[in-house]
Amino acid sequence: MKNDSLSFWERLYIKEVLKGLILTSKHFFQNMKVHILNLFGVKTERKGAVTIQYPEEKKSLSTRHRNLHRLTVREDDSPRCVACMMCETICPAKCIYIVAGEHPDPSIEKYPVSFDIDLGICVYCGFCVEACPEDAIRMDTRMLEIASYSREGMKYNKEMLMDHNKYCKKD
Amino acid sequence: MHTLTIDGKEMRVERGTTILEAAKKIGIEIPHYCYHPGLSIAGNCRMCLVEIEGVPKLQISCYTLVSDGIKVHTRSERVIKARQAILEFLLINHPLDCPVCDQAGECYLQIYYMRHGLYNSTFLEDKVKKRKAVVIGPTVILDSERCVLCGRCVRFCDEVSKSSELGIFNRGDHSEISTFPKKELNNKYSGNVVDICPVGALTDRDFRFKCRVWYLKEKPSICPGCSNGCNVWIHYNVDRTCKAEGKRVMRIKPRFNEEVNKWWICDEGRYGYKFVDDNRIEKPYIRQQGKLIPVSWDMAIERIAGLLKKYPPESIGIVPSPQCTNEDNFVLKKLFSEHLGIKNIDYRVPSQLNVYSDDFLIREDKNPNSRGCEELGLFPKDKGLELKDMLREAENKEIKILYLMNHDLVKKMGREEVALALSSVDSLIFQGTNFNETVEFADFLLPSSTFAEKDGTFINQSGRVQKINKALEPLGDSLSEWKIFVKIARELGIPVEYGGPEEIFFDITKEISSFVGLSYSLIGDEGINLY
Repeated sequence: MKNDSLSFWERLYIKEVLKGLILTSKHFFQNMKVHILNLFGVKTERKGAVTIQYPEEKKSLSTRHRNLHRLTVREDDSPRCVACMMCETICPAKCIYIVAGEHPDPSIEKYPVSFDIDLGICVYCGFCVEACPEDAIRMDTRMLEIASYSREGMKYNKEMLMDHNKYCKKD
Repeated sequence: MHTLTIDGKEMRVERGTTILEAAKKIGIEIPHYCYHPGLSIAGNCRMCLVEIEGVPKLQISCYTLVSDGIKVHTRSERVIKARQAILEFLLINHPLDCPVCDQAGECYLQIYYMRHGLYNSTFLEDKVKKRKAVVIGPTVILDSERCVLCGRCVRFCDEVSKSSELGIFNRGDHSEISTFPKKELNNKYSGNVVDICPVGALTDRDFRFKCRVWYLKEKPSICPGCSNGCNVWIHYNVDRTCKAEGKRVMRIKPRFNEEVNKWWICDEGRYGYKFVDDNRIEKPYIRQQGKLIPVSWDMAIERIAGLLKKYPPESIGIVPSPQCTNEDNFVLKKLFSEHLGIKNIDYRVPSQLNVYSDDFLIREDKNPNSRGCEELGLFPKDKGLELKDMLREAENKEIKILYLMNHDLVKKMGREEVALALSSVDSLIFQGTNFNETVEFADFLLPSSTFAEKDGTFINQSGRVQKINKALEPLGDSLSEWKIFVKIARELGIPVEYGGPEEIFFDITKEISSFVGLSYSLIGDEGINLY
């Protein structure tokens, strides 16, 4: 990409700083005016600020957005996953660890004894979702708050991943 | 000899060869399910159809013998169309179990569909449902829906294991493989039906869901289960340690060797690999105040070298192991016999009574390398003591040090018989792979590596030298036996120095007459007979 060369006034620096300060102050005074009016119960239909008031208010995400994983469940709340290891195989970050086991029901046959995702290494590529032949893993919980104070806290097991269904409306 | 043309390539083959085998010789793979070189020909899967010029209909290549001057086409338009149709037919009732099925990745329905099928499904009918996950024996699980009724397993039980437990029952699309009433698939070779099943109808209960096959790596080796020395593949997984509780060896599969085991191995050998990861001695131990304390290699070697220096050779007894390779035993002989002058060397520990053996693959001697020990001369000579004399002399306090190589004497000879002898010696050195009852008596434990963790050679009962290959790194601090002996020799200042098994084998061929002329490259993966 070519950079546009700066004009004389831009290179002088002072004018650009002042322009920025004016913009910030404009928002400040504008917001302050609306906030004060709101305080006295005037013009309450207008939003108090131009910024998004996180965490009370959340930005709407694109429908394609990939976020916290969940393991979908069957009607009886058992995992849909059959531990085929497709997601584990395709995962470029190698953050999925599955151990398979024999299910008592021969029509299901195989189920994940454990299913762990280490979100500390996950790259959110969504390959696992693409690879899954059973629609058992999705990244549509719209949950972004997954920070943790420890690496251990970033590891999610099967029960936690199934619990993430609570973030999604039941169809 | 007949001259024929396959896909435009002219070739000469023996009379009585089938077209399928002839094509294989020039590298043309004709797809097939029911044909197996080790079994009789059934000709029921129809997958191996080929076109022969002048013959109006397509012919099955597994059952059609070559004749002079025929021109065969294996990739003509008619053949390809027929193959597609056969695959479509076989897959009518086949469930899409690939995510669940253990055979995924090794399934010939998958492989052939990708190579020859690739049609759009035209079937709207409901699939016929059959029994799933039926336990038909101690080692095998059957899934009737996945079966393509090739009948390989039935023929195996009739012709190879000769136990005839399996049959095909019912008619039409209700046909299914099953065991005869009140019978189960329980013979000494039952695991082989899983290997020959081209789809996932028969799966191995031991391997089931342990690991997906694409994670497996393989290494050619020799089964250490008995003196037959069957050729095997070690299938192991080291990349995904979370699998199977960190166990490394996942399964053992037979490896074709015309001279030894053909396509088969026994169940005992197939499922006898567990000791590689279970209950291993991972560190050297020294007994202090009645307890085995883990120590460093240097300390253990120093103490053992000290003992070997302190005691006269007459008071030391060595029991080499026919579980060890020729290379291990040769270095043992060099160190103890040639340099230290120990004469009490005897590998012949009585084997347990009433062990199963037959005239097919299973031998009575459960050691893979007894013949090698015999060739290297690891038995008492010049008034050396035999094992039972060593034990007697140990009770009389004449034998002060007993060096046991991976022998569970308590199990093999009985606790009462050996307890007094083992507790009477000043130092019992046990060098081996796994903890066992004999270890209770040991004063020193030296961890050695299993057959999967080292290179070397075994000689089977018929005198065939065969190579084992290192598939895995030795567990914990364990070392190949020869490396331990080299360490001891170094500590004692004895010039026994080797860089690797190939170097040792080179010395064996120079010093032991029956090995003359052999080399690792001559042995290859197939092995070579001694004489």
